[in-house]
Amino acid sequence: MDAHDVRETLRTFITKELMRDPAYVLGDQEKIITGGLVDSFSLAELAVFVESAFGVYIPDPELTVAEMDTLDQIVARVLRGS
Amino acid sequence: MDPSEPPLLTRATRASHRTLLDAASLGGPDEATAVVWVATAAEPRIVTRRELRDEVHRHAAALAALGLGPRDLVVIAHGQELDALYSFWGALALGAVPSMFPTLTEKLDPGIYMSQVALLVEHSGVRAVLTSDAMAGPLSARLRCPVHSSSDLDRARRKAGGSPPSARDADPSEVAFLQHSSGTTGLQKGVALSHTAVLNQLASYADALRLREDDVVVSWLPLYHDMGLVAGFLMPLVQGLPLVLMSPFDWVAHPALLLRAIHEHGGTLCWLPNFAYNHCARRVRARDVEGVSLGRMRAFVNCSEPVRDESHQAFLARFAAHGLRPDQLAVSYAIAENVFAVTQTTPGEPPRVDAVDRQALEKDRIARPVDAGAPGALLSVSCGPPITGAAVRVLDEAGTPLGERAVGELAVRSDSMLTGYHRRPDLDAAALREGWYLTGDMGYLAHGEVYVVGRKKDLIINGGRNLYPQDIEAIVNTVAGVHAGRAVAFGVPDAREGTELLAVVAEVDEDARAHDAIGHAIREAVLERAGVAATWVRLVDSRWLIKTSSGKIARAANREKWLADRAAGAS
Repeated sequence: MDAHDVRETLRTFITKELMRDPAYVLGDQEKIITGGLVDSFSLAELAVFVESAFGVYIPDPELTVAEMDTLDQIVARVLRGS
Repeated sequence: MDPSEPPLLTRATRASHRTLLDAASLGGPDEATAVVWVATAAEPRIVTRRELRDEVHRHAAALAALGLGPRDLVVIAHGQELDALYSFWGALALGAVPSMFPTLTEKLDPGIYMSQVALLVEHSGVRAVLTSDAMAGPLSARLRCPVHSSSDLDRARRKAGGSPPSARDADPSEVAFLQHSSGTTGLQKGVALSHTAVLNQLASYADALRLREDDVVVSWLPLYHDMGLVAGFLMPLVQGLPLVLMSPFDWVAHPALLLRAIHEHGGTLCWLPNFAYNHCARRVRARDVEGVSLGRMRAFVNCSEPVRDESHQAFLARFAAHGLRPDQLAVSYAIAENVFAVTQTTPGEPPRVDAVDRQALEKDRIARPVDAGAPGALLSVSCGPPITGAAVRVLDEAGTPLGERAVGELAVRSDSMLTGYHRRPDLDAAALREGWYLTGDMGYLAHGEVYVVGRKKDLIINGGRNLYPQDIEAIVNTVAGVHAGRAVAFGVPDAREGTELLAVVAEVDEDARAHDAIGHAIREAVLERAGVAATWVRLVDSRWLIKTSSGKIARAANREKWLADRAAGAS
């Protein structure tokens, strides 16, 4: 899967599963957690999804609001791999 | 068991405790573990009883040196950290009245947070606020009472020198502490609890739990919430049981932390709101719990939001391979006004699941048993029988007690009831009727056990946390573009999360509905000021909301309308 596919897969997952609003147009730098788009359960849900969809395990210390608040940040982390 | 160790506080030993200062963790043996603090990517920090006692004395001495004394109301506005625990007991040792303030989260706006502390100071006659070094400066600029940081306490104690003040021998009937829930409405309802009430509760609850000397409590619950304050803090310290504690924010992002802590520190008791069963079942990754065994646990107690059988089943299915069994699931019905527990199922026995006819429950207000597989069957999970010293009645709207399986408002009478709401005699009169506290929860009794099926009051319980819709609506009403007073907030039960999620509907001008700016502003405002994400924000035209005959927004009717629209695919 290339960077574009990773980005679009994550964008769809965030709007459909985390926001429950598939029609939402999510920007690459939009703050999803500190902007109130998703709730506090979402970091852990995202970690499970990233592992199952891309085979990338993100260790707990890296799963923080500061490091995973935008689509750009999440894509970059996924592309770095496990 | 160590021979120097006093027996557990139970109904049988109740007379040996006068006040909370008789807490076993404040006594010997010195090297026994009082608290274990765990965090992601950090070694556990073990606090022995000697350290705990020393810290409590140090904090009491510092507070005395700062001019605080008996009966002074002291607000603790720390994060979830050890200093909050020491400050609370230090204030108690001095005879002051502590209250844990909700913690500042990374989502809440610090300015809003500080204005909420200011609100409490104004309303409640707070004498001092204790907080972290980082918060002390900005907070003191906003408050009319002194603000003391951790460093201030250190300096004050060193300057005063000498031995710590001896613990004050409080009258057991005095108010020991206040318990607040969060939000503008919650902060104006300080539940005042006496030493006697708290000790009665802990003694009865120990009997209900069949508490043992080798129990270990593991908790991520916030200390300001009644479940976290009592089950996840006061109870283990009073009983002398090790408390394994973590931050709620750490846990919610890393749910496996709780299960690893149970395994590594020999946990036997853990209290969780219903959503936590879903969160763990769905979001604990396999490699984060490799080798973790839950076999030693005596009870996971589901408490503080409606209990769902499907949440229990998902949790069991996910962790059966880690030794989880149905008999380790337990349920309690608790209210802050009763200190904590009103009921408790028996540890070692799975909670009863009562299959009742959904239609009869809703229309005829009767819990008629049906086959669990029957169409329209609702699985209602028992909260167990009332604990010793507590009684539960089901009342109709006129206040008349109802019989077995009739649905009505739950009323509680007990020997651990609140002294009153702090400085709010108007609330006391409304909540208590001839010694019975009206809970606002709807339920029924069957075979002596309590079942909770709904709520009379307009309250949203999201992730175990109480949200008052009027607080959310007041926030939404400040957003530019929302028609003044034309917003409604309500909770929507969600099967995936096992809790209620927040929905907001706001009336705006027609051209404003075309773009997302107002929706964004609403989400941000609700998050920054109430610390909760609104899952659904719907903007509607000025004819959408249903009003009562007196012109008020009718929450229940608008909720029904929103749900009907959603079912039809319009939302």
